Amino acid sequence: MAFRDALKAAALSLVFLVFLLGLWHVATLPKEKASAAEDEYAKLMGKGAAKSDGFPTPAQLGATILNHLREPFYDRGANDKGIGIQLGYSLARVAAGYLAAMLVAIPLGFLIGMSPLLYRALNPFIQVLKPISPLAWMPIALYTIKDSSVSGVFVIFICSIWPMLINTAYGVGAVRRDWLAVAKTLEVRPFRKAFQVILPAAAPTILTGMRISIGIAWLVIVAAEMLVGGTGIGYFVWNEWNNLNLTNVIFAILVIGVVGMLLDFMFARLQRLVTYVE
Amino acid sequence: MSAFKDPFDPDLTLGACTCGEHRSQAEHEAARVGDTAEALNRRVIQSALMRALFPQDAVRRRFLHAVGASTALAAVSSMVPFGALEAMAQDKGPIEKKDLRVGFIPITCASPLIMADPLGFYRKEGLNVTLNKTAGWALIRDKMLNKEHEASHFLSPMPIAISMGLGSAAQPMRVATIQNINGQAITLHVKHKDKRDPKQWKGFRFAVPFDYSMHNFLLRYYVAEHGLDPDTDIQIRVTPPPEMVANLRAGNIDGFLGPDPFNQRAVYDEVGFIHILSKDLWDGHPCCAFGVSEAFIKENPNTFAALYRAVLTAAQMARDPKHRSLVAKVIAPPNYLNQPETVIEQVLTGKFADGLGKVQNVPDRADFDPFPWQSMAVWMLTQMKRWGYVKGDVNYRAIAEQVFLATDARKYMGQLQMKAPPTSYAKFKVMGKEFDPAVPDKYLASFAIRKAA
Repeated sequence: MAFRDALKAAALSLVFLVFLLGLWHVATLPKEKASAAEDEYAKLMGKGAAKSDGFPTPAQLGATILNHLREPFYDRGANDKGIGIQLGYSLARVAAGYLAAMLVAIPLGFLIGMSPLLYRALNPFIQVLKPISPLAWMPIALYTIKDSSVSGVFVIFICSIWPMLINTAYGVGAVRRDWLAVAKTLEVRPFRKAFQVILPAAAPTILTGMRISIGIAWLVIVAAEMLVGGTGIGYFVWNEWNNLNLTNVIFAILVIGVVGMLLDFMFARLQRLVTYVE
Repeated sequence: MSAFKDPFDPDLTLGACTCGEHRSQAEHEAARVGDTAEALNRRVIQSALMRALFPQDAVRRRFLHAVGASTALAAVSSMVPFGALEAMAQDKGPIEKKDLRVGFIPITCASPLIMADPLGFYRKEGLNVTLNKTAGWALIRDKMLNKEHEASHFLSPMPIAISMGLGSAAQPMRVATIQNINGQAITLHVKHKDKRDPKQWKGFRFAVPFDYSMHNFLLRYYVAEHGLDPDTDIQIRVTPPPEMVANLRAGNIDGFLGPDPFNQRAVYDEVGFIHILSKDLWDGHPCCAFGVSEAFIKENPNTFAALYRAVLTAAQMARDPKHRSLVAKVIAPPNYLNQPETVIEQVLTGKFADGLGKVQNVPDRADFDPFPWQSMAVWMLTQMKRWGYVKGDVNYRAIAEQVFLATDARKYMGQLQMKAPPTSYAKFKVMGKEFDPAVPDKYLASFAIRKAA
């Protein structure tokens, strides 16, 4: 029964997709058959030749995707690299900023979660800093760090730290009292208590925080790279926007979506690994 | 050590100090500290020359006593190009820094410094240059301040502003060459085809690339000449050049005074038309510049010289109309401008569709005269003062001469057999009104519309 339901859902998804593509195709059909360049003016305006701008048809997009995937790792100078290389740069930045955030947020979250006093003392800071758009940090980062690439990593760090910190603190604080009481009765040392009682108990909540963080980090890296430029998938979008080449922009959007989905999927699997049933 | 003696010192005798170069030991110590390779170099050349002119030392000393050292130097310099000789001797020196990062904004203004890469002009000078496409002018400034770039494409007023500490921490920046003259335009949205008189522009929203840009100053000048106050009657916002066309299409702005290829791109995409070329406001106005920090010049004089020559060689080539199509071809790919080649070619050859259904032919729509006129820097300062970017008294000449390296430009242009003007100041006309660099304050006072001081 479950299998049949899944099949039905998949078929419905396919119908939606075909319908969307069909709608798109009809909407982007050329209105007038492009006449061959008759006079000089029309020629200078690029009439007759295939212009790269305007909204692409699904077929054009397909061709572009194939074109990019055929050669994802080309390198034609500092400002023209393949989509694979750009993705690599973005993922490396996200990884660096995210790991740094993890190293700070999880131990700090533990401390805050175990000490109600610390929680109350730090809470105002967290509440003020949390809602700041990570991109607002960019000018300050550029000014103080004096390196645009590190500034990008810093922005990832600052945006992914909050969900992890708050979730860790919450998860640690919400460990069932009886378990802690049992540990106390058995005279378990603090370190053992932290790693063998609290960590496993709080792990699902912590992982949820990490999953939220990676989603936000991936959202922010694109914007940060559009601001700073140089390399990365965000720079790719910006560069194609300059050229008003929507086909490439749409391609980049699809790639960003797919990679974001894969990252989320990865953390979902991790989450399932640490989940327990009471 | 005799080659290092000051040959213009009539009192010089041997043995007064340990090296024999100075009159006393104290003077020797003082001079040693200040000695640079460059100064020694100059000394060697001058000594060699004076020895050749006066084979007998007694004659040289009598000559110097009679006319005085400075007169002698001037007299000899007028016959012999000391500057060029020194430069040649100096340029033999090794390059201090081979790997350089140069920032640029993807616009045709930067043609010389961009084309020098694919055409191999940097490599020929022994430099390994990486051109970094940068997302906007504020970032160009920050990356120069942070030393992420060794040299950069600038808007020509930017090094002035950065050196004065306007809008950023002050750091001495220098303009080595102007990149381009003319080559900008006011582009309006197609819906304004019937509003060709600027008097109808009240309430319009315009984009310019940066506060400290010729675009901003020219747009303000233009509307003010037509009786509009740019601060109250229209809105001017800063937008990175590549985003101007997208904003125009979205109806976010009514027009822009921007760099090419984006004027032409707006026409090509049928969202805008070219209202007026900047050439028709001020024929020969500077736009972008190629600059470095003063610290870089001091630390890497030979590298700077090599860089200078590479960019000047490119400018020389770009000036020739018959090379323009080739230039368009090499700067169009995604690594550089990332624009359709036909758009760039229309900008550079001056044969273009104007967006109103006509083909215009203006061969000097864009040009690439590299000489950094100090009078132009003075003009920029008058406009910065006019619109309140600088307040108080401005020492126009001192700043212009510090930032715009006209003497160096003349030297390197001479080496490359390019014609450089003998003076660094010239009068010119902006919209028919004469500017005299000798009386900037009087010029400033002659404008009715300006920000109250």
